[in-house]
Amino acid sequence: MTAAPSPDEGLTAAQLAAKYGLAVSGARPSLTEYIRELWGRRHFILAFSQAKLTAQYSQAKLGQLWQVATPLLNAAVYYFIFGVILHASRGMSKDVYIPFLVTGVFVFTFTQSSIMSGVRAISGNLGLVRALHFPRASLPVSFSLQQLQQLLFSMIVMFIVAIGFGSYPSLSWLLIVPVLVLQFLFNTGLALIVARMGAKTPDLAQLMPFILRTWMYTSGVMFSINKMMEGRSELAVRLLQVNPAAVYMDLMRFALIDGYDASNLPPHVWAIALFWAVVVFAGGFVYFWKAEERYGRG
Amino acid sequence: MAEQNPQTDDNAERRPTVIADDLHIVYRVNGAKTGKGSATAALSRIVKRGEERGVRKVHAVRGVSFVAYRGEAIGLIGSNGSGKSTLLRAIAGLLPAEKGKVYTDGQPSLLGVNAALMNDLTGERNVILGGLAMGMSREQVKERYQEIVDFSGINEKGDFITLPMRTYSSGMAARLRFSIAAAKDHDVLMIDEALATGDRKFQKRSEERIRELRKEAGTVFLVSHNNKSIRDTCNRVLWLERGELRMDGPTEEVLKEYEKFTGK
Repeated sequence: MTAAPSPDEGLTAAQLAAKYGLAVSGARPSLTEYIRELWGRRHFILAFSQAKLTAQYSQAKLGQLWQVATPLLNAAVYYFIFGVILHASRGMSKDVYIPFLVTGVFVFTFTQSSIMSGVRAISGNLGLVRALHFPRASLPVSFSLQQLQQLLFSMIVMFIVAIGFGSYPSLSWLLIVPVLVLQFLFNTGLALIVARMGAKTPDLAQLMPFILRTWMYTSGVMFSINKMMEGRSELAVRLLQVNPAAVYMDLMRFALIDGYDASNLPPHVWAIALFWAVVVFAGGFVYFWKAEERYGRG
Repeated sequence: MAEQNPQTDDNAERRPTVIADDLHIVYRVNGAKTGKGSATAALSRIVKRGEERGVRKVHAVRGVSFVAYRGEAIGLIGSNGSGKSTLLRAIAGLLPAEKGKVYTDGQPSLLGVNAALMNDLTGERNVILGGLAMGMSREQVKERYQEIVDFSGINEKGDFITLPMRTYSSGMAARLRFSIAAAKDHDVLMIDEALATGDRKFQKRSEERIRELRKEAGTVFLVSHNNKSIRDTCNRVLWLERGELRMDGPTEEVLKEYEKFTGK
């Protein structure tokens, strides 16, 4: 030691720290403090998500046009396979089925890609986690925000398709806003959960595509659950219908498509949508926060 | 020999800013246990289960204790892989300690925003993103924007700041990164090999900026392999070797021993 610090001689490290009001570095803040910190980083979260979105297509010649072209091509491929080859429309008229399919694909992709980027939110950004101090929840939240912005681009295609097949803008289109808010909350909660799991077990990123694909095929993205399950027990239909992905898709279709009426929706559909959003978001947030001080361990 | 930095004269009360108490840091590396990286080897590791099979531990810092005081500039030296950068990350609270504790006054920050920057974005957007990532508010970033760009000297040879960072030369990119990182005031500031970037003129400018930061900050930690820049900026040196604290004392004393050790 350079010089003897006379008055503090003989104190243990903990006593010395207490005397001068030093805190343990890297300790987990309380939940309210954590939320406050996260709110303080809102500009970073937004800027980071926008930067990721822009960086995605910055090397392509067509540039940001891909934001719209990618979902459009996706919809075209699904239509070709399920509409033309497999005839999954099951008696739905073309005017309903095509917007039905496009809406389903986009809405499900929103959840799907939020989860996929959530898994890698921590494990794929260890450099950032190990270099700067910020509430780690910023990363999964920022990634689902990026996917929300991506969906807003896809909505342009969705609107064009809906109008092209005879569903014109009406008051019910306003319902899109609450559906998006609820689904965003739900997705962010899921992203937070898988982000913590993926931080500990990066292998999850390899496994996730299979889980998500299974989920997609059981959620009624390309077919109507009601029509597909005709003649089966009511319980089986209801079980498939309360699946959160199906709920958000059906609500979006109900809002957007004229020929898709309330008979396709399960009872208390808004309550179910709200329930999933609140429970998954709150649960995911607390679950993620509980491991805050452990992210970035080698 | 460059001018020696005088000891700070507010010795009336020596306030500790960082206390490391018997600190151990262990890295865990997945899938590096055996030389065989084949799928069957991985599978047999899973089947055998047991405590953390297939995970190799690297004990990077072993029982380091020290107390840093306000107004000190502390150099960290040691050969490659001796645990200097790891120690800095642990002080910043970015790497959890295996054993022991680090107490700090306020939030120590690591001078480095590299990871937050994106090569596909323009320098302009990176300045904003980097500033926000370090915890500056939107207004602060706006206020400092011109200062950062001027300091980096990116625009001295034309309008480069509006080009994507991937088009920059490595020197230019390093200059911009340092300029962004150095724009914020910190309580406890840690710099990891940042002085080696850029040309001679920029190095001078960054050393100047570090002295300024030291005046504003409580304590500065500097990792460097350049003994001259340690002599120029630090008044105390910690010498790490194999994760252990080998020597701790005034710059000249420790550097003399270190130079003897490295055979310079």
